[in-house]
Amino acid sequence: MRDTGVEKFKAAREKWESEFNSAKQRPVKYETVSALPIKELYTPEDITGFDYIEDLGFPGQYPYTRGVQNNMYRGRLWTMRQFAGFATAKESNERYKFLLSRGTTGLSIAFDMPTIMGYDSDHPRSFGEVGRVGVAIDSLQDMETLFDGIPLDKVSTSMTINAPAAVVWSMYIATAEKQGVPSSKLTGTIQNDILKEYIAQKSWIFPPEPSMRLITDIFKFAKDHVPKWNSVSISGYHIREAGATAAQELAFTLADGFAYVEAGIAAGLDVDEFAPRLSFFFNSHVDFFEEIAKYRAARRIWAKRLLNKYGAKDQRSWLLRFHTQTAGCSLTAQQPENNIVRTAFQALSAVLGGTQSLHTNSMDEVLALPTEKAVQIALRTQQIIATETGVTNTIDPLAGSYFMEALTNKMEEEAERYFAKIDELGGVLKAIDKGFFQQEIADAAYEYQRDVDSKQRIVVGVNEYVDENETLDIEILKIDPQIELDQVARVQKLRETRDNIRVKETLGNLRERATTGDNLIPHILDCVKSYATLGEIIQVFREVFGEYKEKPLF
Amino acid sequence: MSGEKKIRVLVAKPGLDGHDRGAKVVARALRDAGMEVIYSGLHQTPEQIVEAAIQEDVDVVGLSVLSGAQLTIFPRVRNLLDENNAQDIILMGGGTMPADDVQELKRNGSAAEIFTPGTPVEKIGNWIKEAVAGRDA
Repeated sequence: MRDTGVEKFKAAREKWESEFNSAKQRPVKYETVSALPIKELYTPEDITGFDYIEDLGFPGQYPYTRGVQNNMYRGRLWTMRQFAGFATAKESNERYKFLLSRGTTGLSIAFDMPTIMGYDSDHPRSFGEVGRVGVAIDSLQDMETLFDGIPLDKVSTSMTINAPAAVVWSMYIATAEKQGVPSSKLTGTIQNDILKEYIAQKSWIFPPEPSMRLITDIFKFAKDHVPKWNSVSISGYHIREAGATAAQELAFTLADGFAYVEAGIAAGLDVDEFAPRLSFFFNSHVDFFEEIAKYRAARRIWAKRLLNKYGAKDQRSWLLRFHTQTAGCSLTAQQPENNIVRTAFQALSAVLGGTQSLHTNSMDEVLALPTEKAVQIALRTQQIIATETGVTNTIDPLAGSYFMEALTNKMEEEAERYFAKIDELGGVLKAIDKGFFQQEIADAAYEYQRDVDSKQRIVVGVNEYVDENETLDIEILKIDPQIELDQVARVQKLRETRDNIRVKETLGNLRERATTGDNLIPHILDCVKSYATLGEIIQVFREVFGEYKEKPLF
Repeated sequence: MSGEKKIRVLVAKPGLDGHDRGAKVVARALRDAGMEVIYSGLHQTPEQIVEAAIQEDVDVVGLSVLSGAQLTIFPRVRNLLDENNAQDIILMGGGTMPADDVQELKRNGSAAEIFTPGTPVEKIGNWIKEAVAGRDA
């Protein structure tokens, strides 16, 4: 701005300020859902020093603030990937075929809790939980059923599995092999993010060190044999659902990402050999602009660090590609139909933030697993955004907004503040051990709840606009208890009919290798192919590696 | 409440899932409301929960269930409490569960009360105070 310009600007601003200050203001808190204060107006003064090339760049160019591809949604829409899975492999297989027939473009597998925790369906700890929140997978046999009639060279599959990821991934590779599909053609993602388990999602099995070893074994095996696979999906989703703010989600997730990069390098890999296969998974909460700023900041921070700190030379290592899921924790059990609207806004944030794939929650997920009707509405929400709203016409449409750029900068600053704190504590593993993340999240969750209870924060249908006479008239999906009995019978029959001498051999070999520094994936594959069960393989590791125990705090 | 014995509550997380946000928020709110709160941590079996409840001599056990296993967990914990002569311990809970299941658990006596998402935490504390007062009356 020239001097006269500056003077004019000042005069206009002062005039507006005095008018604004005497005008009416609703007496509510003006802050994001993460309690970040928001000003009434943003102007060029909020982004002084803004440098287009340095801060944003062009799409597909460093630092990727505007998106990871040069053409973004003009080239290809995001993958509409609906997370699903329940009951037995057979029933889930039918749901996947339904989703594929309705235009979904990638599968996303939800496993039941026994599978996630590495127990077979007939283990005493699995009682009552088989097939409840996802599909039960006990052995390669179940995996074969799960993908029966679904050609694995044609779909990309995302699997939400962490502590036992190496085993479940091996089952997938073995299933593909039986279909005649070589592992080099497989595309998809395993979540495989154990750090956020200790921080927020809490589905751990082994202590951090052996867990990190399994993860770097996967990095190495993927590099040589499954090169198109995303070997980890570094997840903020669960951190956010546990109560974190947007800035905490951003910071803790990226800090986990840096920890994986450092682990890969420490395991002897070159950063460019695995960093291009790291992917991310974020939440899309209900605060519209804050979420968009979070995604934009995430790309910029990642690119800068990978280049400057880790010395990555391959541009693909700099790209932060991410999946998004709308916020389950923002949905309400009251007037559940309103969740369709919440989800639509959240999905729009994710799209304006440049997501690579998206899951939209169904309105009834706060009550139970979603029905087909609810899932269809959720998928249609994405299709409406993609085809009717016009938001895909231009790339990163909010760039250059004073508010959006200031908020993106703010997100980056907040994240950097947390990175410094985590370094001070001695890194991510030490910070987990000290309960740092856990306490930060618990504090944020508690403050949020107090704000809702005291009506400082309004949740429609919950603490305002309440319908006292509400009766629920949406259909609820129920899981038949017979499913557990059937699955238990299935795994027990498998143990009787398989070649138990071969199973014993492969498990014995795995136990020996686990105590050495060998890459364990080929040996897990041998176990899986002999139809050793998930529980049996994990039990070997429990005995060799031990189990993790958390100090409960609140 | 000064001079009176503090209400002791075990907030317990049965099952295999790790959804502890609700359990922790409720535990903290009950503590802030003047109760002695013990949080079990995750992945507790019914046997472990009942053992802790008896050892800690609690008035109330609150189960946080988000795994869908409510219809097996609540009756199991109630039966184990009763079998161990702890009929006086009030069993209640919360979590994501369909209204039919909530009604069934209250009807068959396995849960004295269930709070579902959207409940103000203060309401839970008030309910516990009344329930304990009612029991001791």
